[in-house]
Amino acid sequence: MKNDSSQQKSSAGTFAVKAGLAQMLKGGVIMDVINADQARLAEESGAVAVMALEMVPSDIRKFGGVARMADPQKILEIKDAVSIPVMAKCRIGHFVEAQVLQSLQVDYIDESEVLTPADAEYHIDKWKFKLPFVCGARDMGEALRRINEGAAMIRTKGAAGTGNIVEAVRHIRAVNRGLSELKTKNPQEIAQLAHDMRVPISLVQKVFELGRLPVVNFAAGGIATPSDAALCMQLGCDGVFVGSGIFKSSDPEKRAESIVNAVAHFNDASAIAKASEGLGKPMDSLDVNSLLPDQRLSKRGI
Amino acid sequence: MFESVPQEAVSWQSGKFSHRAKPIGVLALQGGVEEHVSALLGAAEKLGLEIEVREVRTVSDLAGLDGIVIPGGESTVMSKLMERADLFEPILRIRKYMGTCAGAIMLAKNVEGAIPTQRFLKLMDISISRNAYGSQSASFESNLLTPFGKITGVFIRAPKFTITSKDVQPVAFRGEEAVAAYQLTNGRHCLALTFHPELTTTKFHEFFLKL
Repeated sequence: MKNDSSQQKSSAGTFAVKAGLAQMLKGGVIMDVINADQARLAEESGAVAVMALEMVPSDIRKFGGVARMADPQKILEIKDAVSIPVMAKCRIGHFVEAQVLQSLQVDYIDESEVLTPADAEYHIDKWKFKLPFVCGARDMGEALRRINEGAAMIRTKGAAGTGNIVEAVRHIRAVNRGLSELKTKNPQEIAQLAHDMRVPISLVQKVFELGRLPVVNFAAGGIATPSDAALCMQLGCDGVFVGSGIFKSSDPEKRAESIVNAVAHFNDASAIAKASEGLGKPMDSLDVNSLLPDQRLSKRGI
Repeated sequence: MFESVPQEAVSWQSGKFSHRAKPIGVLALQGGVEEHVSALLGAAEKLGLEIEVREVRTVSDLAGLDGIVIPGGESTVMSKLMERADLFEPILRIRKYMGTCAGAIMLAKNVEGAIPTQRFLKLMDISISRNAYGSQSASFESNLLTPFGKITGVFIRAPKFTITSKDVQPVAFRGEEAVAAYQLTNGRHCLALTFHPELTTTKFHEFFLKL
């Protein structure tokens, strides 16, 4: 009955609400921004969300030291500048940084290996939070461990700040391989696999039934061109994060728009060709093989 | 309370039509596309209808469509990508429209909280306010009253609308607040929902297919 509002029950922070926002970001580009101007430019260019940071990953690599959650003032400045969702990063295991981000009412929290890990043993217990979390993963087991901890969205770790797509592709392929191998397994093998991956059998069983991860999976770490983004999409990702790739290039506005176009039309080579024309210089890149072991961010928090 | 909603679409018996219906499109530039594709296919199966569901990214994808669904996502992105693909004018030649969340924003004549460069289809006499409940921490699920009984509605950074014409009929309520609306305008059937039926039910997609 229209006037009987007592029958109305609402619940916030359910898994459907957390995973649902990620579902609505699909087919989109999430862009790293470090101030209000960049955030507005990202929104104007067609970003589906922005990641509010103090420094993009390539600068974090350059300057070294301990990388932490951004200054709340910076996050609020970016939040005020745009109408699209705002994400922010906290350190792996740093649940107080996550509490702070939740109190700032960002829309999504990225528990990120790009920042210096705060806990060498545990990730954040993400079920305790009302806000949704996205976490990085290099293969299916890592993705399922994060989902089991409450992550409502997964992204590849890739090699953030390098402009080199090779690690992201490796991680996408590893997740895909895990999923296709799972299809051939019998119940006993599924139980063994769950044990090996350190996750409950019920979660692996669910993935077996769905034939895909139970949450949205984006590509991240090393995307620098429209073709890089479309490559990740054709390999089966639901969307992309672009970190240093946009604002460290010579023409951020044009590059942002072109990556957005390439993701929307990822199966159309002529559209990707058009999007790739005259973009100027991409970000400075790094050879992943030249990185020292402690510069390999994807080894953090596995 | 739902008498003015097209009753033939509400009470239509399944199995009445066994012929092949014209294709339905889902705008696939950004957002929750596959959720709508499966909801449409599920709805068609329940109705005993054979339909083709087509993802729409270009003008040529619009050819021969009987209806189109504009999914949830970000309306700023959809506006931008529709403009770049020159879809704004040719998309208006379709007989029926269903928009959820960002899609509902795309259908409204009056939008609050839009960015300056944003464009809309402006088909329905509703006023809609973007992110009206606030950021993600204010997102929720809630039970709703509809002509098809009670359903759960998922609201994600949802807009809110106010109906600005007696020609617009509410099709779902959350308490006293209308959260879905139907309008027949200039020969076009339009259905706007501020929540995401595609995540929980096929009822609204069945209603849309029957229009």
